[in-house]
Amino acid sequence: MLPQSASPGADMDTYYKPQHLSQFGEIADGAPELAQAFFGWYEKVFEEGALTAREKSLIALAVAHAVQCPYCIDAYSTGCLEAGADLDQMTEAVHVAAAIRGGASLVHGAQMLEHTRKKSMT
Amino acid sequence: MNRPRRTQTLAKRRVALADPALQLAMLDALDLPGGDFEDQLRHSGHEGLRPGPFRVLQLNLGKLCNMACLHCHVDAGPDRIAQNMSTETAEACMQAIERLQPQTVDLTGGAPELNPNFRRIVAHCHRSGVQVIDRCNLSVLLLAKNADLIPFLAEHQVEVVASLPHPRPRNTDAQRGDGAFNRSIEALRRLNAAGYGTGDPSCRLTLVHNPAGAFLPASQAALEQDYKRVLDRDHGVSFDRLIALTNMPISRFLEWLDTSGNLEPYMRRLVSEFNPATLEGLMCRDTISVGWDGRVYDCDFNQMLNMTSAIARPHIADLDLPVWSAHAIRTARHCFGCTAGAGSSCAGATT
Repeated sequence: MLPQSASPGADMDTYYKPQHLSQFGEIADGAPELAQAFFGWYEKVFEEGALTAREKSLIALAVAHAVQCPYCIDAYSTGCLEAGADLDQMTEAVHVAAAIRGGASLVHGAQMLEHTRKKSMT
Repeated sequence: MNRPRRTQTLAKRRVALADPALQLAMLDALDLPGGDFEDQLRHSGHEGLRPGPFRVLQLNLGKLCNMACLHCHVDAGPDRIAQNMSTETAEACMQAIERLQPQTVDLTGGAPELNPNFRRIVAHCHRSGVQVIDRCNLSVLLLAKNADLIPFLAEHQVEVVASLPHPRPRNTDAQRGDGAFNRSIEALRRLNAAGYGTGDPSCRLTLVHNPAGAFLPASQAALEQDYKRVLDRDHGVSFDRLIALTNMPISRFLEWLDTSGNLEPYMRRLVSEFNPATLEGLMCRDTISVGWDGRVYDCDFNQMLNMTSAIARPHIADLDLPVWSAHAIRTARHCFGCTAGAGSSCAGATT
């Protein structure tokens, strides 16, 4: 049985509330020095560098889909648009994430194959 | 972005929102924390906005246009035949050019080239040594009756400032109608062939980017780099520079924001991105905007909202510089469109 606190409905009627994205900064209420370090680093990561701001936004959008973070998907859909990307480019980025996720599952088939070959006469 | 529909002007559809007073009221009715523009000015140390040195006379020759783009702040289109500058008003504008001595005369519309006085005004400016900007929708250059327009522009050293919302077709056609991107590329090829966009300062070709939806434009410098690379690679066309504009929440873009459920979030975004560093370069501080009927405004957006300049006789025939220099610029909530992020003006980002 799940502990009481893990049951949806104890404190929240749903997970993934959209307003939590804009409240992200409040994570600094606890361990503020860690939050400061994180947000400072985060900002540096997305500065224009060897990669352009648009390339970084498209990577972020792809990763957001790979980790299936709804906050990040919202944030980087807007982020990509505001970096000048269009829907074709954003969709291609999501396909890259999907291809890597699909490929990551499929490549484990090599382990299955090796195991099966060892155990069976086929 | 919502799928584009075939756009007709608000005027033709006779919708209530065609009334500028209703547009202003719609913006005023929004619940916008920090959404009082004059308050924001005060908080950043400005008691209202005042003109700086005068530089640009922007003449809106009319609302007639061969296109009808989804986001048009002018509500321009092929049906706006009546709202076109008369020869009498054009004469008053040319007299004002002599009197006011602007550095630049900026011709806009609608499609300014469709006004019968367009070439006379251009030639007048050229004779007077005044630089002319033609705000061009590109497709107008392909009309059979305009076959000699590009050589005319080149001969008079007119800077062509041309709308191209994106270097690839999707976003351009979404805003400007199916096929607009390909027509734009054809017009750019013809401009290149006449020497435009090849680095010759007398034939400067500037492209204008604006977002295809309810979001802010990307960095102008990054967009210019991307446009140059993609347009050269995919189409072999070139241009000199790019300017990025923020979509103004008035007229047809306001209607789209409202019907797509983006109005309040977009306005909140503009307010939250208010940047005091944009105030110095706001176009209302160096530009006099003249409507097709000769009335004088602080900018083309105020013009579309019927907000004439706060001077005794706001008409180009009566305007003199000391009066203009001393007047207070009129503002409302749409002004947040020019002060968000990197800022926006008819000359692009202002920071």
